[in-house]
Amino acid sequence: MRTKIVPNAPIALADIKDGDTIMIGGFGEAGSPIELIHALIDTGATNLIVINNNTGSGEVGLAALIKEHRVAKMICSYPKTANSTVFPKLYHAGEIELELVPQGTLAERIRAGGSGIPAFYTPASVGTPLSDGKEIREIKGRNYVLEYGLTADFSLIKAKKADMHGNLLYNKTARNFAPLMAMAGKITIVQAQEIVDLGQLEPETIVTPGIFVQRLIQISAPVLESTLVADGATYP
Amino acid sequence: MIGRSREEMAKRLAQDIDDGAYVNLGIGIPELIAKYVPEGKEFIYHTENGLLGMGPSPEDGEGDPELINAGKKRVTELPGAAYFHHADSFSMIRGGHLDLSVLGALQVSMHGDLANWSTGKADAVPAVGGAMDLVAGVKSVYVITQHCTKNGAPKLVENCTFPLTGIGVVNRIYTDLAVIEVTEDGFQVIELSPNITFEYVQEHTGALLLKPRS
Repeated sequence: MRTKIVPNAPIALADIKDGDTIMIGGFGEAGSPIELIHALIDTGATNLIVINNNTGSGEVGLAALIKEHRVAKMICSYPKTANSTVFPKLYHAGEIELELVPQGTLAERIRAGGSGIPAFYTPASVGTPLSDGKEIREIKGRNYVLEYGLTADFSLIKAKKADMHGNLLYNKTARNFAPLMAMAGKITIVQAQEIVDLGQLEPETIVTPGIFVQRLIQISAPVLESTLVADGATYP
Repeated sequence: MIGRSREEMAKRLAQDIDDGAYVNLGIGIPELIAKYVPEGKEFIYHTENGLLGMGPSPEDGEGDPELINAGKKRVTELPGAAYFHHADSFSMIRGGHLDLSVLGALQVSMHGDLANWSTGKADAVPAVGGAMDLVAGVKSVYVITQHCTKNGAPKLVENCTFPLTGIGVVNRIYTDLAVIEVTEDGFQVIELSPNITFEYVQEHTGALLLKPRS
């Protein structure tokens, strides 16, 4: 069988194009695939639409991608976090677009997109500015807002352990959006801390089945966003 | 100092949570509630980024940077904990599986409308997180907040002027001055803080209050 393992990040990301939609896993630094994001910066791809819960911190990872003006639009639920200075600056300057989505709606839009569901109704945000201009429908006496599924050209996620088929396990709350983004990306690229032989993962415990994963690279000792930020690191 | 402190407000609210309840605590004063679980009761804490059975923060420098709460602070897992992805987490929220959500507030209206994510200022970066999902789906929504803003403006009002988080979603409000239930008739005071009069609370409230039933 053709292997999903790719030698390194530059090869894994080589076909990302300007204007692509990219889902990036992580909630804050938990699950953030820093090495893949830095490799994305190296590709030079620009005018990207990026889907992530936040907008990164310091000047590394997602924040660095935004600082390099590679992102035309962010789709997220919470664009301000401690040490998040890059996004607010560009946002105030009118240099980046923001689509603000309630966190659960964001998760469900990604799951729907990856599951062949084009849209769904949710009660979240009804009666608030975030449902302005959207279709509202009464179902069994309650109002719901229509929200559309999201898909991506590429999803970049981080796993703790993978096998050669791309079956994945995660580390604690680093799981967050990754299993959903793996489903919603046409091409899902995973950086795994460890890649093991077939049969080494217990089938009953697999979190993301390998069918949702197209490319795997091994990053044995991934750096942490908070460590880089504390060191005052920048990228590139 | 008049009325309950933040810690006392948290302790008071904790008395009203049922044993075995699945609870989501928002950032800020709600987080303090975990310190005041009444003797003999157990609450199971949900954090929307993907953990049930969340335990207290570890010592400084300890813990796992990928084991965090919704406020992105390090926490711990208790025996019986479970991890899950975001869609499952918000199914717990929207699907009505969680018993209680405790949130902070900018404003609460007498109809139970909540505003807690934006002051609507043009120069602010808007951020909402999971608040709109929580108020839309969790069985009970309690607000814990100072009765007035730092400038003395009432937070309990006839109609919210800030952008809403949800309509008619708040069940109870725990402030430094009183415990107030949102009823069909408006704000029903159910308990005054020690040494606080009804008239004093009314003076600091932007809507008519109903007197405690004796």
